[in-house]
Amino acid sequence: MAKGILKFNKDRCKGCELCVVVCPKMILKIHDYEVNAMGYRPISVTDMDQCIGCGSCALMCPDGVISIYTEEVPAK
Amino acid sequence: MKKIFEYTKGMLPVSTHYCPGCTHGIAHRLVMEVLEERGLLGESIGVAPIGCSILSHNYMNVDMCESAHGRAPAVASGIRRAMPDKIVFTYQGDGDLASIGAGEIVHAAHRGEKFTTIFVNNAIYGMTGGQMAPTTLIGQKSTTGIEGRKKEISGMPLRVAEMLATIDGAVFVERVALNTPANIRKAKKAIDKAFAVQEKRLGFSFVEVLSTCPTNWGLNPVESLKWLGKNMIPYYPLGNLRSPEEVE
Repeated sequence: MAKGILKFNKDRCKGCELCVVVCPKMILKIHDYEVNAMGYRPISVTDMDQCIGCGSCALMCPDGVISIYTEEVPAK
Repeated sequence: MKKIFEYTKGMLPVSTHYCPGCTHGIAHRLVMEVLEERGLLGESIGVAPIGCSILSHNYMNVDMCESAHGRAPAVASGIRRAMPDKIVFTYQGDGDLASIGAGEIVHAAHRGEKFTTIFVNNAIYGMTGGQMAPTTLIGQKSTTGIEGRKKEISGMPLRVAEMLATIDGAVFVERVALNTPANIRKAKKAIDKAFAVQEKRLGFSFVEVLSTCPTNWGLNPVESLKWLGKNMIPYYPLGNLRSPEEVE
């Protein structure tokens, strides 16, 4: 299964949790203590290894916080 | 590393002023993704309305023009006729398009003006503080209807997409929602078709986007999405109301 690598632009995050509820693996979480430049608690990931790279979180994010990448599979 | 998703270059790298969880950000992104994928970012001129999206020209990386309240279709008609080779779109909310601008949008559609309108319907006036809009649902509380909208006083909510679908000049009319990832993908397809209609100069194209307003609905962002699915979609059914054969 393809593995996703999430990158967050945390200073844009407003902590709305829309990505948290659409994640099928439930690995996204609002950060417990970190606060960003706008004063919101930004999003964080609890277990990156479980990410399947489905893109739902990025699709749902209104603020363009999330970018998703995957490892290149070498051609056989 | 291979890219799966990156924020579109059609959006400027700045934070928006929208409240947390406001789906305006998603609607902005979908429009800009479509324009980027079609290679039209340098060819497009947007018209911003009055409402929460009044500052959308600060976020959308295309040429934009501001218009008076409700008059975006009139401004877009002028731009479209003066520059027939450009792609012109208006991005309007329900307070702007469905109440004060109802005359402009009906006549722009009636004349078959060849631009695209993205109509963001969140069933309330957002910017001015949650007053009742023409699209506010029966029983929905607002600051000017604290006991909820009543049919005998304010009438039934206005279904703009159905109204415009009866006009011959509006060749593409579709209603979409932004409450789930599946609906967001469908919304992007609808916006893509609307711009395809304009690229082929077939006539007026219109996409109604059901959106949320967590602040003025008095709900948190996640509850707002559920409220949209439970209350708005039954009254404003999703789907295509009119589409020309050329873009199918």
